[in-house]
Amino acid sequence: MNINKDAFLIEDLSKAEKAPTRDGYGKGLVDLGEKDERVVVLCADLAESTRSHWFKEKFPDRYIEIGVAEQNLAAIASGLANYGKIPFISSYAVFSPGRNNEQIRTTISLSILPVKIAGAHAGVSVGPDGATHQALEDIALMRVQPNMTVVVPCDAIETRKATIAISDCCAGPAYLRFGREKSPIFTTEKTPFQIGKAIVLREGNDATIVGCGMLLYNALVAAEELSKEGIEVAVINSHTVKPLDVETILNSVKKTKAVVSVEEHQIAGGLGSAVAEALSQNFPAPQEFIGIRDRFGKSGETDELIEAFGMGSKSIKEAVKKVIKRKSK
Amino acid sequence: MSEYIHDKKVKELEVMANKIRQSVIEMLVEAGSGHTAGSLGMADIFTAFYFHILNHDPKNPDWPDRDRLILSNGHICPVRYAAMAHAGYFPVEELKTLRKFGSRLQGHPERSALPGVETTSGPLGSGLGQAAGIAYGARMDGKKFRVYCAMSDGEHETGNLWESAMFAGKNKLHNLTGIIDRNNIQINGFTEDVMPLEPLRAKYEAFNWHVIDVDGHNIEEFVDAIEETKAIFEKPTVIIAHTIPGKGIPEIEFDYDWHGKPPKPEEGEKFLRELRTLGGKIKSEHE
Repeated sequence: MNINKDAFLIEDLSKAEKAPTRDGYGKGLVDLGEKDERVVVLCADLAESTRSHWFKEKFPDRYIEIGVAEQNLAAIASGLANYGKIPFISSYAVFSPGRNNEQIRTTISLSILPVKIAGAHAGVSVGPDGATHQALEDIALMRVQPNMTVVVPCDAIETRKATIAISDCCAGPAYLRFGREKSPIFTTEKTPFQIGKAIVLREGNDATIVGCGMLLYNALVAAEELSKEGIEVAVINSHTVKPLDVETILNSVKKTKAVVSVEEHQIAGGLGSAVAEALSQNFPAPQEFIGIRDRFGKSGETDELIEAFGMGSKSIKEAVKKVIKRKSK
Repeated sequence: MSEYIHDKKVKELEVMANKIRQSVIEMLVEAGSGHTAGSLGMADIFTAFYFHILNHDPKNPDWPDRDRLILSNGHICPVRYAAMAHAGYFPVEELKTLRKFGSRLQGHPERSALPGVETTSGPLGSGLGQAAGIAYGARMDGKKFRVYCAMSDGEHETGNLWESAMFAGKNKLHNLTGIIDRNNIQINGFTEDVMPLEPLRAKYEAFNWHVIDVDGHNIEEFVDAIEETKAIFEKPTVIIAHTIPGKGIPEIEFDYDWHGKPPKPEEGEKFLRELRTLGGKIKSEHE
């Protein structure tokens, strides 16, 4: 077993319980409501599906309804932060940071204000709602804005930690991305979480997988199966896409000399791009990309969509074998 | 005659507004780019704010209980910068750095660049939302300061602005006052030709706002309107300030071509002479 003991993962991946990452957001908001008076939650008519309603029930005076108006969601939050509050703005990622991108750019990022943007229903795993509601470009949109922190947690427990951490961590804005459907919980309360500090989930010398979000579960399954074939793969949870933990990634890639990036997002502009930018400047290495290849999503069930878009554990295994073959002798 | 401001004070403010217009011309000539018409048109209102209305402290721009003046249409920042400098926020000489590399006076205002500008603005339509957010937060904490938001008329073509108007109306943000620079021009022409805004009063009333129309160059009337807003408790108020774009320089007045261009140096000299002599009515001390 090459599992990193310090990551405190569950013992048996096949027995992982499931919960939606959005539940972690809802719980994190309630935790924050209790510990910080300044925290307010704004929502654009999606309180239940973003789990903001748990905060609303507990702290009705600090919940602000915006209606179906995502541009205003950003602008009102900017004003609240300007005054001294810590606003969390909840919507689907296609709308926020999709529809309100310029308001986020001008009134939040350029203004250096601590607005925390929660993009729910990200990725094709949203399922039956189809392409209009499956955000596949939100990491790219947020990653290119100066002053913005970008966090993509891997399961419900990590999402709860990340929600609290983005409130505490930065005087500036942050983007938190999470999904709709239930996904395996493979971290535990003991698993460390710090913004900007990637977690080595598994050690290995043949290749490095750098991933974020719920697909990391598939990456771990792939690594376990590859191990049986004699291929030892390191798996890094790069939950913070920005600022990227270049040091942790480099330490691994210097050993393995091959990398596979894994994300439920367009290959262009996402975590894989961030990793490629870092490696090409520090330690060029062959890289394969698991992600969406310049397409929109489709309606379907989560599992079949993940398979159809080449993001299942089988595709990850193939990518690892391919990248190992590309290593210079 | 006003209940709220003495004639003598009005005269002082009119003299200051003239000085601010001169600074605007000087800044824009020096910068070689920028927005002339709206900056001149709002000189009287910005003078009234910085020298009479606002509860503020230029030496302590982050004072938590200050009134907030949000400028939504950031492109008219020359008038704000000029008013701030004359009010003592920073040296008047710094106005000459407008739009230059390394200046705190960015081409469109930035919150993190210059203390006292309150917000970053330029992209139109999102100032009212920011102002409403500040007003909402202040009311949550029982703060007494007031929030003012200066807007252009043209930016009322954006959807975001009406989303914010709806929010402020719903939440009865009586500590929020909008001021519309109703000068009827925008880049592509007259507002009513580009995309009609009228009936503007009825639109705001339908969004549950209290509406006051004023002559935007009559400082006394504007101050009275601001006082009236303080007595309206069940609604936010918007003051539709009817202004003349380029006010004070006959060559610029009413001409939408002057929305986004600066005077050339020789034009600047002529315009400054017009301002100093009040259009030739008096002999300037400079002549």
